[in-house]
Amino acid sequence: MYGNLTVRPEDVENWGKKVDQENPEKLAEFEARIERGEKIEPHDWMPFEYRRQLIRLIEQHAHSEIIGALPEGTWITRAPNFRRKLALMAKVQDEVGHAQLLYSAAETLGKSREQMINDLLSGKSKYSNVFNYPAKTWADTAIIAWLIDAGAIINQTTNAKGSYGPYVRALERICWEESFHLKYGYDSVVYLATGTPKQRALLQDALNRWWRPIMHFFGPPDTASVHTEKLVKWKVKLATNDEMRQQFLDMYVPKIWELGLTIPDPNLRKNPETGKWEYSDPNWEEFWQVINGNGPCNKERLAVRRFAEEKGRWVREALLQPNARYVTPLA
Amino acid sequence: MPSLDPRITRAEPELWSLPERPLHPLEHWPTYEVFVLRTRGSHAQHVGSLHAPDPDMALVLAKEQYARRSQCVAVWVVPTEAIRWTPTEDEDLFQPATDKSYREPQGYLHTRERLEKYRDRLKPLPS
Repeated sequence: MYGNLTVRPEDVENWGKKVDQENPEKLAEFEARIERGEKIEPHDWMPFEYRRQLIRLIEQHAHSEIIGALPEGTWITRAPNFRRKLALMAKVQDEVGHAQLLYSAAETLGKSREQMINDLLSGKSKYSNVFNYPAKTWADTAIIAWLIDAGAIINQTTNAKGSYGPYVRALERICWEESFHLKYGYDSVVYLATGTPKQRALLQDALNRWWRPIMHFFGPPDTASVHTEKLVKWKVKLATNDEMRQQFLDMYVPKIWELGLTIPDPNLRKNPETGKWEYSDPNWEEFWQVINGNGPCNKERLAVRRFAEEKGRWVREALLQPNARYVTPLA
Repeated sequence: MPSLDPRITRAEPELWSLPERPLHPLEHWPTYEVFVLRTRGSHAQHVGSLHAPDPDMALVLAKEQYARRSQCVAVWVVPTEAIRWTPTEDEDLFQPATDKSYREPQGYLHTRERLEKYRDRLKPLPS
C-alpha cells in the first residue's frame, strides 16, 4: 500500500468500468467529498470515468500549450524590435512550460508522457482548434497574445475551480503566468492600433482573420454539446461553452471597439432584453473540418512536433541512465 | 500552403519525410519532484514534478521550469522513486485512535477553573 504504486490493482480492475458498475459506497464517498468542496488527489479512489475524462481534458490542454507555441513562434525571428523579441520568446517559453506542468498533472492519473505525445503525433488526441490557423503577420501574434490568451484565461480560471488537485495547482500557476501574456498582448495591440495607417490596417486584417477561430475557441454551442451532467457534478466541467463565450464577449468586445477596430460580424450585438450577446453562426462546419485534421496548418503543426521529437531523440537516449525506472509523478 | 516560419522552411523537405516512430517508455526520462525555498527562513515547498535524465539535469530544468519568474533562493530535486508516501485515501490514519487530549494545549483548559474552585486551599500548610 505504501510506496510508489500509483495505478493499483483495483484501478486496473476499474479500467473501462461504467459509472453504474462502480462500487456504490465508494462512489457516494467520492461524490460527497467533491460536494464538500474538497479536492481529489492522485492516490484517492476515483471512478474510472472521472479518471478517463480528466486524462482526456488535461492531455488536450497540454497539447494545446505545446502546439500553441508554434503560431506565435513563427515570428520570433522577425520581431519588430529587440524588446518585443525577448517578450515573445518569454511568452513562448511559458507556453511550453505550461505543457510540461499539464503533462505532469495528467501523468498522475496513470498515462505516461510518452503515450500522450504518441497520441498527439498519431492524431488520436486533439488540441485547441485555433492553433491550426496560420499567423500571417506580426499583428497576428498581437491578436493571439491578447485575445486567444484572454480566452484561455477565462477557460483556465473556470477549470481552476475544479476538483482534481494536481490540475488545479497547475492551473493556478498557469493563470498567474498568463496575466503577463495578456498585458503583453494588449500592449502590442494598442501599439499597432495607435500607430500609422499601415499598422492599423495590419491589425484590422489580423482581427478579421482571427475572429472566427476566436468564436470557435470555447467549443460548439451547448445545444450541440454532449450531455455533461456527470462532469458538472464531479467538477470536471464548471461552465458551459456558451457561458464562457458570453463571458469573453462581455469582457473583450467593448475593449476591441474602444480601439476603433471593427469586428467582422454585422450581427454581433448585446441583446438588451436577455443581456446575452447575439452573433452570426461562426460556421461550425469549418470547426469540425479543422478539428478533424483539415485546417490550414494541422499537418505542419504535427510535422514540426514530430521533427522536434525525432531530432531530439539522440540527445535523450545519450543522457538516459541505464538503470532509469519510470515512476508516476506524485502530485 | 507553404510555411510562414523560416525555421520550418529550412527544415524542409526532411520535415515531411520523417518516419512515424512512436516514443518508447522512458524516452522522456524518469521523474523528479521539485521543492522550492521561496525566502530564507521559509520551509522548502513542493511545487510539482519534471522529467530529467539525472539529478544534475533535474536541477537545471527545475530552475527553468519552477523558478524562472518568482522569488526563489534555492531549489531541491528528489527522484520520485525515492519518496515513500501514505495515500490520501488513508487520511484517517492521522485521526487519533484514542483520546489524545493529554498531548494538546486544549487538553488543559480547566486549570484556572479548578484553581478558582479550591482557592481556599491555597495557603501554606500548617507546620
